[in-house]
Amino acid sequence: MYNQLRSWQTEYRQEFDKRMAVREDVEVSELGYRLTDSFYAKQYRIALRNSGIIDPLKIEDYIALDGYKALADLLENQIPQADVVAEISESLLRGRGGAGFPTGRKWAEALKHDAEHKFIICNADEGDPGAYMDRNILETDPHCVLEGMAIAGYAVGADFGYIYVRAEYPVAVKRLKIAIAQAEERGLLGKNIMGSDFSFHIELRLGAGAFVCGEGTAMMESIEGRRGLPRVKKYRTAHKGLFGYPTIINNVETLANVHMIMLKGAKWFRSIGTEKSPGTKVFALVGKVANAGLVEVPMGTPLREVVYDIGGGCKDGKELKAVQTGGPSGGCIPTSLIDTTLDFESLAAIGSIMGSGGMVIMDNDDCMVDIARFFMEFTVDESCGKCTPCRIGNKRILEMLERIIAGMGEPRDLRYLKLICETVRDTSLCGLGQSAPNPVLSTMKYFANEYEAHVKEKICPAHVCKGLAQYIILDSCIGCGKCKRNCPVSCITGEIKEKHVIDHDACIKCGACEAACPVHAIEKR
Amino acid sequence: MKSPETVTLTINDQEVTVPSGTTILDAAKKLNIKIPTLCHLDLHNMKFVNQTSSCRVCMVEEEGWDKMLAACSTRCRNGMRIRTDTIKVIRTRRLMVELLLSNHPTDCLICSKNGNCDLQALAAEIGVTRIDYPGYRSHHEMDTSSFSLVRNMDKCVLCKRCETMCNDVQTVGALTDIGRGFDTVVGTLFGMPMHETTCTFCGQCVAVCPTAALTEVDNISQVWEALDSDKIVVVQTAPAVRVALGEVFGMEPGTNVTGKMVTALRRMGFDKVYDTNFAADVTVMEEAAELVDRINGEGRLPILTSCCPSWVKFIEHQFGDMLDIPSSAKSPHEIFGSLAKTYLADKIGAKPEDIVVVSVMPCVAKKYESKRPELGQGDYSDVDIVITTRELGRMLKDLGLDFANLPEEEFDELMGVASGAGDIFGSTGGVIEAALRTAYEWLTGKPLEKIDFHELRGLSGIKEATVEINGVKHKIACANGLGNAREVLRRIRSGEANYTAIEIMACPGGCIAGGGQPYHHGDDSIIRKRMEAIYESDRHKKIRQSHKNPQVIKLYEEFLGAPHSEKTKKLLHTKYVWRQKM
Ligand SMILES: Cc1cc2nc3c(=O)[nH]c(=O)nc-3n(C[C@H](O)[C@H](O)[C@H](O)COP(=O)(O)O)c2cc1C
Repeated sequence: MYNQLRSWQTEYRQEFDKRMAVREDVEVSELGYRLTDSFYAKQYRIALRNSGIIDPLKIEDYIALDGYKALADLLENQIPQADVVAEISESLLRGRGGAGFPTGRKWAEALKHDAEHKFIICNADEGDPGAYMDRNILETDPHCVLEGMAIAGYAVGADFGYIYVRAEYPVAVKRLKIAIAQAEERGLLGKNIMGSDFSFHIELRLGAGAFVCGEGTAMMESIEGRRGLPRVKKYRTAHKGLFGYPTIINNVETLANVHMIMLKGAKWFRSIGTEKSPGTKVFALVGKVANAGLVEVPMGTPLREVVYDIGGGCKDGKELKAVQTGGPSGGCIPTSLIDTTLDFESLAAIGSIMGSGGMVIMDNDDCMVDIARFFMEFTVDESCGKCTPCRIGNKRILEMLERIIAGMGEPRDLRYLKLICETVRDTSLCGLGQSAPNPVLSTMKYFANEYEAHVKEKICPAHVCKGLAQYIILDSCIGCGKCKRNCPVSCITGEIKEKHVIDHDACIKCGACEAACPVHAIEKR
Repeated sequence: MKSPETVTLTINDQEVTVPSGTTILDAAKKLNIKIPTLCHLDLHNMKFVNQTSSCRVCMVEEEGWDKMLAACSTRCRNGMRIRTDTIKVIRTRRLMVELLLSNHPTDCLICSKNGNCDLQALAAEIGVTRIDYPGYRSHHEMDTSSFSLVRNMDKCVLCKRCETMCNDVQTVGALTDIGRGFDTVVGTLFGMPMHETTCTFCGQCVAVCPTAALTEVDNISQVWEALDSDKIVVVQTAPAVRVALGEVFGMEPGTNVTGKMVTALRRMGFDKVYDTNFAADVTVMEEAAELVDRINGEGRLPILTSCCPSWVKFIEHQFGDMLDIPSSAKSPHEIFGSLAKTYLADKIGAKPEDIVVVSVMPCVAKKYESKRPELGQGDYSDVDIVITTRELGRMLKDLGLDFANLPEEEFDELMGVASGAGDIFGSTGGVIEAALRTAYEWLTGKPLEKIDFHELRGLSGIKEATVEINGVKHKIACANGLGNAREVLRRIRSGEANYTAIEIMACPGGCIAGGGQPYHHGDDSIIRKRMEAIYESDRHKKIRQSHKNPQVIKLYEEFLGAPHSEKTKKLLHTKYVWRQKM
């Protein structure tokens, strides 16, 4: 069987190389091939190495680029399980699903416990709005995730794997199904893989799109057939997880790194990235950025490089105001901290998180209070409703933000807002609630003046918040009096041929004056 | 790796050593440090532990960490340094309660749980006097579809005690939370009205609900109206009521207040004050006769007792294929109702329509039971109105009676005397023990030497005993709590167990812990005390076997003829309906 795989590899590689030779957008690289466009030039792609290069529907392509070789090497040489775990531990691979937990430590714990069954769960629930790296990996290179899971299974002695994937990813689901069938057909998955006595089956479980189901314990509840609510952890998942058996939950991107680490070694992996966070991270660069897309860079890359060198700065030459990282529960980083490096520690130190790698670029047209409201709205919707701080606390936070944005904020609100945010963070049952107030806390920290402007001066500096909009009469006013006559609440005063004025306290912001002005001397701000 | 047997930690700088696995809450109790809780409820004698950690009221600090810990579910670790006395802990607790109150109606003064509400007590205890975070309040349709329970989800704090009870302990599975985020609410499958679900109306959800989200259907005004009418209003009280009613008036749990209760009922204006315990004796006559018939080859064994309407509904839904095993005897208060409208009506020369039968029960399922169409004759129901012990307590308070100092009176003649066997119906194990006391003598023709069946008493979920009758060993079982009932039924169906007779009570502990009893607020020693009071009453009775009760003998001689005869089958027996599982 192992020779068979080798001969497939040689055969398919020749054919693959021929196809690549005629493509102008790829070149040979250390890990196979790479894309040459300038957007990719400054990237270093491990998890996305095959993305856009191989045909995801062809297992032949994956095998051509050393696919399933890492798994075959383990089986053929009967590498002890502990050695595999040690290799992953030494690589210092950390979870890419958000928390950055050392993958090796999880695996070691699961290996330690004897049990009749063990499970590997691939977390492909990707619920962060704007994040789509997991989806991309599954759609463009499904086999690398399957192989990562099988290696994890071998390492800890698991015989079964679930991929918990969002039902909103029909293409990923379809390609995964095809990939599993192909791998099983060739004996690369399933019973007695490549003739060895290691068996590993993989099944898909479709999530119905609740964000909280991405949380590990909620996910297990869901797979076990119950409502996906986070549960109180009495044991570590790696000790007693799914159906009470030792279970490993790893993110798609985490697993996508495993095959390369096994092939090229922990040392190689550690040579990329930072000392504490080796390897790379995929970011979904979106928002007001010139070149949006998935960006994979070594950990520790300065934020500036991603935003400017790869992203090309803000769209339309506007000025960068902030970068939001970490998805709905992340934080906003002000331009002044643009030299922050992208790794777990540095981001946490400034009140944001790596999260699953969402990265939203904001320019001066964005109101930070409104941004905080937007993310809060998401978490309030996605809360499972189980614990008080997340169910009611987050709702109250959202309501306060809404009041502030509508111009009904009171000075005391800012103090109360901060207090409730901190309490929700410190008391919620699961990560969703614990991180939900992050966008508010980080914007309050770095954009305090914007909050004050909303609350005290009742203005929105970015002119986003409608409730705080003001109509201003410019110097170009000719004093015709049309605005005055059209104002339904009679809040405009002024003599004929002189500049008119609006009483902002009485103004109801209907815009009638702006529409009536014959010389466009009234502006909304 | 074996975990060490004990762990040592400090709480507020005081060191404490506890068995490993102990929660911070329990460790703090050892040091007399009180950590207020809300969702947490530990009735481990009933196998009910609600540890959802959802209210976050019990959050404490671990020194050096921002993230706080839920004391109710976090297990102690060696070297932990816990603080429950910091400003952060106090502020957090207050905020959690404030948040709950911000989404809770403020009609406490006219709420049926006023004075009995855990949320209200907690807010008072920690001194909440204002709500800093007011906001939108969720609103849900009230569910008044059933005869037993009212669900007012506006008052739900999502502690999930009801779900734990319904799903884990009772295995009924009628409740589940639905919706998401702020709109999450405890509901039913597909949002069906309670009346259409598999709910058995055991009322244990009501018994553990900290607020007025789940309450009994209030039938008090119907009773006042009946008392105000020209009809003859007859009241009966179940065996478990008298050992719990005193609690409503601040008396020690387990005080038997039979005499005062009778006086109070007379003063309320009931025309006749009777005892359901008498009817329990009649039930024994019927069930024991049926058991004798079945042992002698007529029908199937085992025989299951059928006094508990909640249990009957459970088997109808969950084991519809096994409806031939429960005894066909009606439950005691229904038997009473039936006799009141025939036997008593004859005696006093009244028509059944002129008599109103009121049952005072420890139970909310009896409310539903009394509305079952087959439980009556022709146009009338055996029982007209059912109120719970709690409702009776409220009525007596309303009347301004100084209950604790009332004189003691006796039940009325004809249906007011009970044997000790009738008394013990109120406790788990009591019904089957009562039946055995009679069936044994009928089958053997010999007097029963040892009246007490101690193996069948106590709070364990499933109890077993073996009785030798005419040289044959008969296995007897007794289950309390529907989860245990399910297990016993499973054993019967699989043929694993070979029982002759089984008693089943839906409520863990039996009727003394029924869903209509005064709230125990998580103190299960109260239930034990009620149980002791019941057996105490039996011990002091001269007549302790139903078939020796002179009023029962008279009833059969003058009116019914023989037990399990054509006449009793018409008046005192019923039939069951196979119901849907979902
Ligand atoms: C509310 C919430 C949502 C989450 N969603 C995801 C998700 O969509 N994908 C994911 O991989 N991890 C998600 N996580 C993190 C998982 O709980 C878990 O840490 C992760 O899957 C572990 O894998 P890793 O160690 O490989 O990162 C979420 C956590 C929380 C609290």
